[in-house]
Order: sequence, then structure tokens, then C-alpha cells
Amino acid sequence: MEQRELICIGCPMGCMLQVTLSSGEVIEVTGNTCKRGDAYARKEVTNPTRILTSSVRVSGGELPVVSVKTRSDIPKGKITECMEALTEIEVTAPVEIGDVILENIAGTGVDMIATKSVSGV
Amino acid sequence: MKLYDVLIIGGGPAGLGAALEAKRNGADSVLILERDRELGGILNQCIHNGFGLHTFQEELTGPEYAARFIDQVKAEKIPYLLNTMVLDISPEKVVTAMNREEGLFEISAKAIILAMGCRERSRGALNIPGYRPAGIFSAGTAQRLVNMEGYLPGREVVILGSGDIGLIMARRMTLEGAKVKVVAELLPYSGGLKRNIVQCLDDFGIPLKLSHTVVDIQGKDRVTGITLAKVGPDRKPVPGTEEFYSCDTLLLSCGLIPENELSRGMGIRMNPVTSGPLVNESLETSIEGVFACGNVLHVHDLVDFVSKEAASAGKRGAEYVLGKREKNEYSFSLQIRPKGGVRYTVPAVIRPAYMEEEQIIRFRVGDVYKNHYISLYANGKRLVHRKRPVMAPGEMEEVKLTRQQLFDCGADSEIIVTLEEE
Repeated sequence: MEQRELICIGCPMGCMLQVTLSSGEVIEVTGNTCKRGDAYARKEVTNPTRILTSSVRVSGGELPVVSVKTRSDIPKGKITECMEALTEIEVTAPVEIGDVILENIAGTGVDMIATKSVSGV
Repeated sequence: MKLYDVLIIGGGPAGLGAALEAKRNGADSVLILERDRELGGILNQCIHNGFGLHTFQEELTGPEYAARFIDQVKAEKIPYLLNTMVLDISPEKVVTAMNREEGLFEISAKAIILAMGCRERSRGALNIPGYRPAGIFSAGTAQRLVNMEGYLPGREVVILGSGDIGLIMARRMTLEGAKVKVVAELLPYSGGLKRNIVQCLDDFGIPLKLSHTVVDIQGKDRVTGITLAKVGPDRKPVPGTEEFYSCDTLLLSCGLIPENELSRGMGIRMNPVTSGPLVNESLETSIEGVFACGNVLHVHDLVDFVSKEAASAGKRGAEYVLGKREKNEYSFSLQIRPKGGVRYTVPAVIRPAYMEEEQIIRFRVGDVYKNHYISLYANGKRLVHRKRPVMAPGEMEEVKLTRQQLFDCGADSEIIVTLEEE
């Protein structure tokens, strides 16, 4: 039996959640006030994911960097690897919002896309 | 001098939203004046996601949220001037502005919508003792440097203040390779969203020290370290609790202040609690035909609410220009009085004659309240009584009032918005 403690992010209440796990399976969630807390705890201890946002270098653009994001959420444990993959990227202006900047970043199966348009100079 | 129907001061989310609704409600000539090199305001540097859940039912990043509105402004062919600084607005609605192409120029308007946003509280306003070396930034300045200009402002970072920008920059600096050693917060609770505490600090093992503040900054040319101390209930440092952190950068995320130099210059009446203009149900200031919306009016935590408020100001601005506001027997004013934990309300005055079917009253509370009711009284009669499991100063609250409710109780004195235990 493993015990994990989390703070619920569902609302400003910030309930302290206790999750009991047995060989990776959630046995019990306590401390939550509503069912959103239960759902959050189960997802967070079994498969925590995040949208990663960052910026990459642009050459020949009106701005030196362009903001980017993963098109959908990626496993939380992959964030560092994704950031490392981004440090090596430089794109050439013009960049259009929605353009794919890096396909299948760090083997996540998720593309990194531009969240801003940067025109050339 | 060129005369416009509606002039919008500021091209951020508030200005964009107001311009669109002014145009869509019949204002012929609308012009946005923006001091930056592009539209979108502060959203351009907020590259994280979480914007637009209310407006677009999806989570967008700041630049994406801005782009949705900028595209609409372009589709509506609303003109805008960039790199243009407004220097003065007269009570007669003459705007003095300047830019590189035209130099100093004047334009006038039938209606003006103030949408200048807010700025961060600076070190000078915080009275932090110590040297004045390089390496001290407001969190928003660091955000712009990292996200738009491509610089990392430091390697070892301490953050004072746990507002959302500070939390988001803790994560952003960490992702870019800096070491964020600690976030210190003067108050016993964080001013930031829970989600940001978890995803920006806990995810990266960054400690949050509540009831702590910076009592010294070391370093002559560049910051070499800072000293934190615990504060007592009186928010004064407790001697003997000092702790030194070596760092090259101190970020300040200690609150936002509406940017109202232009409003004050016009002689608009201000609310000392919000540092924004006092407005009525139409978001109109004490000068007729001058409206305010967004963070210049009161600091919001969600841009979706800014857009909503701005749309309302834009619509009211257009109606004013088109002379759609006939006076009638209900044109008296009701003051809204905040009481019992409610710090302020926007609007501060309601004229029932000019109310929409439903009026949203936004406010903030002064402390953390659990299991309290938001109550609204008019003429001594309780019209709204809504339970909230938790309310905190960092999250804007709202209460809705219908015109019918107000007419039914025949309110003729004042409206009270308060918190009650039962």
C-alpha cells in the first residue's frame, strides 16, 4: 500500500487529498469535498499530463523568438526531455500561428505548434 | 481636428473587445490607440495556456487568445495606430498623442473607452531595504524578456510574491534552465490560483514560504543574494528568523495597479480601493461619454471576464454616441455599498433606467472566507443569497441582479453587497 498526498486544483478550496494505491491501482481517495477532487486525484497519480508551453528561436523575424505549445497534453515526466529537444530548434520567419514547429516531440506522439505569427523582416 | 465616434485607449484584451462591440453596435468610426508595436497587450507575453475557457470553451495560450480578437478587429476593418502614446485626454474628449510618423497630434471623440490596463508594483513601492544592484525585475518584465525577447534574466532566482505572474515565472525560468530557490509570500496565503501553485511550484519542487518577506538585498553591481525573514501577524519581520539565499536575480510579483494617469489627468473620480475609476452600470466614469473596462478599471484574474466587461463598455459607448439613452422616471442613481468583507464593487452606482435585463456586479473579498453567503440587499430586502464554499482575495467574485428584482422591491436608497455566515 502506498499513500500519496495531493492538493486539488479544481477550485480555490484546495482540498488536501490522500490517495491510497496498491501496485499502481487507486484503492481510495479521501479528503476531497466533491467528485472533481476524486477524478483529479485518480488521473494525477496514475497518468499526470500537462500542456507544455515555451518559446523557440526565430531567424529573420520581427521577433527573436516565437511562442509554442504541445498540441495536446503530454506525460508530465516528459517535460524535461521536450525542453531539451526545443533548445536545438531554430525556425525561419515567417511563422504562422498553428504551424508545426517540431513533430512528435521527444517521442510523445504530440506535435509542438506555434501559438503566434511572426512575420519576416 | 479629426473627430471619431469612439476612441479606444489601449489595444490589449479590453481595448480589442470594446472596439469590436462599439463597431457592431453601430459606432461608425472607431479607432484604437496602442503604445506597443503590436495589438494584444500583455497577452503577447503570457505564452502559457489557460486562457479562453469561458469565451471559447477551450484552453488557449495568451497570444492565441489575442489573435482571435485581433483577427475579428481586422475583419471588422477597425483602424488602429501602433507605437502611439497617448499623453493627455481633456475632459472635452480631446486626445493628445504622439508617434514617429505624425509627431504630436490631437484627435477628438464623442465617446472614449479607457482600456490602459495595469502595471506591476515596483521595488520602490515595496520599500525593500538594501543595495540597488542589477538583477531585480518585476515578474512581468522577466516574462517579456524570456518569452518575447529571448533573454534569460538570471540563473539563480528568488521570487517575492506569490501572485500568478510570479508562480508562472517560477516555472518558466526553471524550464529555461534557471534554478528558482524559493518563492516568498508576505501574507499567510498565496494570492495565486491553486492550479498555479501545484503546476508551477510543486511540479518542480520549488518551496513556497508563506508569511515571509525580503529584508535585505546584497550585491553592489549585480544581486549576490537576498535575506528572507518570517513575518508576524503584524506583517513585520521577526528578528532571529533571517535566512540568506545566494542568487543573482530577484523577481517581484507583488500586485498590480491600474494605470490611470490619463484618467486622473481628465479629473475622473477614482475609487481608492481599486485605484480605478468609479463607474456606473454602463461602465461610464464620472465624465459623461467616458467609459472604462479591463484592468484599468479593476484588476481581473481571468481575461475572459475582461473581454466580457469590455464588450459591455463598447456597446454602451456606441449607444451613447447614437443617442440611444433616453432619460425617464427611473434615471435616479442607487449607490452600491460594499460591506462585511466585500472590499469594493464594480459598478459602484446603478441607474435602474439604464440597466440591462441582468446586471453583473463584480467584487473582491478582503480575506479567505469559507462557507459564507454572498448577499445583496436593496431597500432592506435581501434579493440575493448565494452560498460559496470558499472565497479568497485572489479570486474575483460576482453577483447578478435583474432589473425586475430591483423594480419589484422599489429600491430608492442604496444597494448593499455583503458576506454573511448564514
